[in-house]
Amino acid sequence: MGNSITLHYVVPGDDFTRAGEASGSVKRTLKDLGFSPETVRKVVIALYEAEINLVIHAGGGEIDVEISPEVVSIVLADKGPGIPDVELAMQEGYSTAPDNVRSLGFGAGMGLPNIKKYTDEMKIDSTVGVGTTMYLKVYNN
Amino acid sequence: MTVKSLSEKLNLKILVQGDMDREVIGGYCGDLLSWVMGRAQSGDCWFTVMGNINAIGVCVLADCACIVLCENASLDENAKARAEIQGVCILSSEENSYTLAAKLGEIL
Repeated sequence: MGNSITLHYVVPGDDFTRAGEASGSVKRTLKDLGFSPETVRKVVIALYEAEINLVIHAGGGEIDVEISPEVVSIVLADKGPGIPDVELAMQEGYSTAPDNVRSLGFGAGMGLPNIKKYTDEMKIDSTVGVGTTMYLKVYNN
Repeated sequence: MTVKSLSEKLNLKILVQGDMDREVIGGYCGDLLSWVMGRAQSGDCWFTVMGNINAIGVCVLADCACIVLCENASLDENAKARAEIQGVCILSSEENSYTLAAKLGEIL
């Protein structure tokens, strides 16, 4: 695709003060490019949740975003502990977040369900002890 | 109704003066950030006790009109700094979220 924009972010682990920087940057970019508010909202909610997951669970990771007029594609890759049971992790209310994370207002078990809800395509490849890669697509409308 | 008008009618303290002319079109109560993130609507006045830096991020990304910290919940220093940079309006009240949301419902 000739007219796409690619963005790359490195998310540090365990730093909640910087969580959301990538989502904020992507939000500004999509708004500047004239994407509809609804598309922008879907992308940033899904991306923020995924970014927080990298911080909470994976010790950080990397995010690649490709923006074309038709679709926003996001790949999040980490070398964290992996997700033993993806189906269980997808259930609303299921969380493995520790107490210190819950006291910050996270850990409601809504992260992955929110990502699913706000994206058009979502795929998780996870191997315990190796890491997790998540592929997301949101179509522009 | 603007955030400025809301702050006057609900007798709210202004902790961070963001875009006070922003239009408030609804309200949302909640403290679990992911829950709020996925459900609050653009233009909502968000009632919460969560005054940390991540609440500022959620407010910006969910596009809420303002944050109202209920029951005099504290605002972290780094959250205040982030709100000032991002132009997020933060208000405060000694009343709880139920009371404040009920009042908002009457005046909207």
